[in-house]
Amino acid sequence: MTASPGAVAGAVARWRALRMPLLALAAALAASGVVVVLAGGDPLLALTALLEGAFGSPDAWSEVGVRASPLLLTGLAVTIAFRAGIWNIGAEGQLLVGAVMVAWLGTRVGAWPSAVALPVLLAAAAAGGAAWAGIAAVLRTARGVDEVISTIMLNFIALGLLGWLVQGPLMEAAGAYPQSDAIAATARMPRLVGGYRVHAGLVLALLAAAAAWGLLFRTALGFEMRAAGLNILATRLAGLRTTGALLRALALSGALAGLAGGIEVSAVTFRLYENFSPGYGFTAIAVALLGRLHPGGVVAAALFFAALDVGSTAMQRVAGVSAVLVSAVQAIVILALLAFEQRRGQTGAA
Amino acid sequence: MSADLAAALLASTLTMAVPLLLAALGELIAERAGVLNIGLEGMLLGGAFAALTVALLSGSVALGVAAALAVGAGLGGLLALFVAHWNANQVVAGTALNLLAAGITGVAYRAVFGVTGAALTITGAPALPLPGLSTLPVLGPFFNQTLIGYAAFALVPVVGGWLAYSLGGLRLRMVGENPHAAETQGVAVRRVRLAALVCCGMLAAAGGAFLSIAYANTFVEGMSAGRGFIALAIVIVGRRSAPGIMVAALCFGFATALQFHFQALGLAVPFQFFLILPYVLTLLVLAGFAGRAAAPAALGQPYER
Repeated sequence: MTASPGAVAGAVARWRALRMPLLALAAALAASGVVVVLAGGDPLLALTALLEGAFGSPDAWSEVGVRASPLLLTGLAVTIAFRAGIWNIGAEGQLLVGAVMVAWLGTRVGAWPSAVALPVLLAAAAAGGAAWAGIAAVLRTARGVDEVISTIMLNFIALGLLGWLVQGPLMEAAGAYPQSDAIAATARMPRLVGGYRVHAGLVLALLAAAAAWGLLFRTALGFEMRAAGLNILATRLAGLRTTGALLRALALSGALAGLAGGIEVSAVTFRLYENFSPGYGFTAIAVALLGRLHPGGVVAAALFFAALDVGSTAMQRVAGVSAVLVSAVQAIVILALLAFEQRRGQTGAA
Repeated sequence: MSADLAAALLASTLTMAVPLLLAALGELIAERAGVLNIGLEGMLLGGAFAALTVALLSGSVALGVAAALAVGAGLGGLLALFVAHWNANQVVAGTALNLLAAGITGVAYRAVFGVTGAALTITGAPALPLPGLSTLPVLGPFFNQTLIGYAAFALVPVVGGWLAYSLGGLRLRMVGENPHAAETQGVAVRRVRLAALVCCGMLAAAGGAFLSIAYANTFVEGMSAGRGFIALAIVIVGRRSAPGIMVAALCFGFATALQFHFQALGLAVPFQFFLILPYVLTLLVLAGFAGRAAAPAALGQPYER
């Protein structure tokens, strides 16, 4: 049986879409190997340790799922913003605000059944993230403030407020550590498999990816956002409202990032403390770009970076290569994508 | 407040301000040429690591600073390759630079100094007291700085004057305001942006060198601790002028220094308030509530012929 021309064209298109991210990954892995060798490590040992650490046991798989949830949600947040032409660098700050909402309200819902408490908490987390992103959106629409700078500043403001909250108003009743009280049992996200930490938040994140795909490619709102991202002026000439698209995209982006933070507290940490997020909102930029700003690609990229994160801890232990190598891998992936785009004659990122 | 406490506050204010000032002066040059350099943080970190490593291995603080300048120039050149030569998005490329510096310094640190990094301290850059002035009450600490510290403040009129009055400065500002007009005047836009980013990288890396060999006398992973982003804020609050940037750097340095003297001062406000102050102030300035800060017209835009 021969494949129909349509199927062949589809396969070619799929390969074209996948080629750049795969080449970028190969470049990143090769360059990281060089870094490991220069650092006096054994790249093969490092790689096997990394793979063993990420996939070597059911527990490792579970941990990859745990890491992938916030990366996927923040990656989607960045995707939606970048698609709409908004450089939201503030996913980390929006995530922190979402986490604060759940930590703050989560200690007060002990009397509620989980079926009520969880949706309320997650909605509050999303609202908190959206509101934090909304500050940047309003500054942009009302005062013309570039969102790159404002979202960066809002990250640090959120970080400072978090530090103050866990040492002040939200500090645990025992007063021993700079952390909030543990949230109520009914505020905790159910786990998917008994004995493993992987939780229902991963399912929510995957559903969010499906919803983001539907929104971007199957609704008028998504068309409006993508049009705004491609060319603000042409969009305006075509009679589409760019201000509204900007506000909606940034609020939605913030809501997804806030949800990521809320789920992290509800399912993993159960309380708030400084540095509970290892910079998910920043890794999210690499996740979104590697995923080619496509929700399906973002799922794959989030799983990849989650596996890299989990595996790198084992790599550090076994091969003595610092786990922050992961940051370099993320950087090289982004730079390689930028370089490939240049070679294809495109300009700009995304 | 006693004179001793005031002097101690000034001393830590200066220590906090110098790396911010150097990085912000670098950012000023880059932004005036039309490049928004988000990668400042990575340049600080790269400079801090290079300076400490080379100073420790060679025994020479001067060589350490030279190594930091070289690394800064290299990072600036790398960023220029992407944003000036290839017209890549400046925000994305700068973010990648930050990640790259964090990853490579982390791995290299472990490789060079092992897991613990114990006994990694060096005898840092010496303070050079100016006779007669360094013993002044309250103001004394200003005249008892390291060479990098003096250089940072000396660079303020140098950079400001060069941008305002020299032909090179005029060309650089043209590139930032209207690259197409600059090109018709025979200015090589990409080369100017490359030069601006190399200068920016060297200044930011010098700030990083100050952190590792004049302040902490050691290296810690991620020790730039967001200073690159405060420097971005300083450039905005300082209205993209060299003297304004110096004032802003001193103010933000003071806000950061307060946390070390918090108990002595007996302030009733949580110290995190002072840590977020620079960022809040930046948003207010950007929103026009504290005086408008005009950006170069072509800031952040790739130049396409």
